[in-house]
Amino acid sequence: MPTAHPPPFSTILSSTPQPSPTDLTPIYQGAEAHLYRTTFLSSTTPAALKIRPSKPYRHPILDRRLTRARILQEARCLQKLVKEGVSVPALLGVDWEPNADNGSSWLVMEWVEGGPVRVQLERWERYLKGVERERGLAMGEGIEKSEEEKVRGLMRRIGGAVGGLHRAGVIHGDLTTSNLMLRPKSAEAAVDEEGEGSPSMEGDIVMIDFGLAMQSAQDEDRAVDLYVLERAFGSSHPRTERFFEEVLVGYKESYKGSVSALKRLEDVRMRGRKRSMIG
Amino acid sequence: MIAIGLEGSANKLGVGIMLHPKDGSTPQVLANIRHTYVSPPGEGFLPKDTARHHRSWVVKLVKKALKDARVSVDDVDCICYTKGPGMGAPLQSVAVAARTLSLLWGKELVGVNHCVGHIEMGRLITGASNPVVLYVSGGNTQVIAYSSQRYRIFGETLDIAVGNCLDRFARTLHISNDPAPGYNIEQLAKKGKQLVDLPYTVKGMDCSLSGILAAIDGLAATYGLNGEQPDEEEDAPSEDTPVTDGISEDRKPTRADLCFSLQETVFSMLVEITERAMAHVGSKEVLIVGGVGCNERLQEMMGIMARDRGGSVHATDERFCIDNGIMIAQAGMLAYRTGFQTPLKESTCTQRFRTDDVFVQWRD
Repeated sequence: MPTAHPPPFSTILSSTPQPSPTDLTPIYQGAEAHLYRTTFLSSTTPAALKIRPSKPYRHPILDRRLTRARILQEARCLQKLVKEGVSVPALLGVDWEPNADNGSSWLVMEWVEGGPVRVQLERWERYLKGVERERGLAMGEGIEKSEEEKVRGLMRRIGGAVGGLHRAGVIHGDLTTSNLMLRPKSAEAAVDEEGEGSPSMEGDIVMIDFGLAMQSAQDEDRAVDLYVLERAFGSSHPRTERFFEEVLVGYKESYKGSVSALKRLEDVRMRGRKRSMIG
Repeated sequence: MIAIGLEGSANKLGVGIMLHPKDGSTPQVLANIRHTYVSPPGEGFLPKDTARHHRSWVVKLVKKALKDARVSVDDVDCICYTKGPGMGAPLQSVAVAARTLSLLWGKELVGVNHCVGHIEMGRLITGASNPVVLYVSGGNTQVIAYSSQRYRIFGETLDIAVGNCLDRFARTLHISNDPAPGYNIEQLAKKGKQLVDLPYTVKGMDCSLSGILAAIDGLAATYGLNGEQPDEEEDAPSEDTPVTDGISEDRKPTRADLCFSLQETVFSMLVEITERAMAHVGSKEVLIVGGVGCNERLQEMMGIMARDRGGSVHATDERFCIDNGIMIAQAGMLAYRTGFQTPLKESTCTQRFRTDDVFVQWRD
């Protein structure tokens, strides 16, 4: 991973508690941000530092405008969601003004244990592929009832989490399986074996990466949010696509206003381009 | 094995001849010719006029392609044509030509998805093995990655295509459509300096462009820059008001500034959604295909992004980026070699044909 230089913390807000800049472990380079593991207040409290580096491909004016607007929006949404009891990492600190030298902004959040749902689903799909190859079955035939239930349960919990989000009046803007974390319930369960077996799907769903989030009370925005998630399942995890209904079931259960949002979703689905109009 | 490809889903009519050597070595382009229907400034190309253009040129182009390739009709193994997506009338006229050749010569037909044609040609020319593909043209804007026998669409425009957005703005400014409106926008944008504020609409890996077009059309109208303009204004944008940092608020934007701002904004969105898809699937390679893929600014921006991720960008030039017959021959040949054929009675065409509808049997 190319190194992003963390901002010089001391020059920004010297009176606020700072994450320790000497204690940074790069975790992940996302599309727009670099994620580091660090500590906050004490050396044993883990925290996630998210740095939005300047994007040199963009025009500098556009870049500053987007970096500033997005980090602020993310901070505002996290703050609101924590207050509303939605399962997201708590906000610990933020500096939204792009750094004068390198144009980056940063934000510190609570550390979330576990891994992205994407990883678990990918492992599950590999496992299924193995089963099918072993038994000479066609794609999708190797799913046993218990396996199916496990994934359905996970999808329902995802729907529940998204419902909570929308109830709070926040739109995520980039719902993919990479941005949904699966936090194991206990510390022991966290040590998940990297084996060939069927992976565990237990745990709480925690939504992360609110860089494209916004506050909105419109069904249109909610529906597009769900549509983006549906497409993410279809393109990244083709085997789970037919269970997407479960997400909507979970969504309905956790969010009262879901009826009109789901109705709008039907319209949004029709909007994708070049769709076959038959059937 | 030799395939002839016929493409005519929009205003370009292309005929290409592709040789796949029997020993499995690199396929060779034997002929790749194109004729473009150019509409007057301020106007788009209408389906009926475009279809008429294709009908009147297809015979000439096929004859010339065979001559250029120095092959006879007997050498040809299959006739590949664009089944869709695209404009109905132009597609139909080319499909009729393909069927006629098939019956006349007694050769098999292969119907090809236009988008898959772009992807396969891009892969062949650049040698990119498994890239994230940004397909940008007048009719399509998609971020695609391959997974289990399909080119899956990770992100796409929710309304109009990026090429359509640029072309329509060219129409607003009455910029010439020769050789292509997008090309002329690109040239004009090189003279632009000031960035005007435009909406920036990215939704995850999808994007929306119609609002941006409406906004910039509105700006053009406000500043009286739409419609035909005297030539001297276009070439000498305000020498007396020097712009050093591009933030001089009160300077009235020029036509060049608008083109510049439009490109900067929409290309940033495209690079962003591509980068998001790369992060999501864990790929370091990008391939840009489609007519807008010729744009050097887009290629440059994509290159910077890919470099920062430790990857690289692959792009082709106008011979293969802009719609052409050879890509149809290439994708058709790949399918034909796995045993795929389109029987005469199924040799229809369709305006709606999604990239992920095609079962890609020729890749693992």
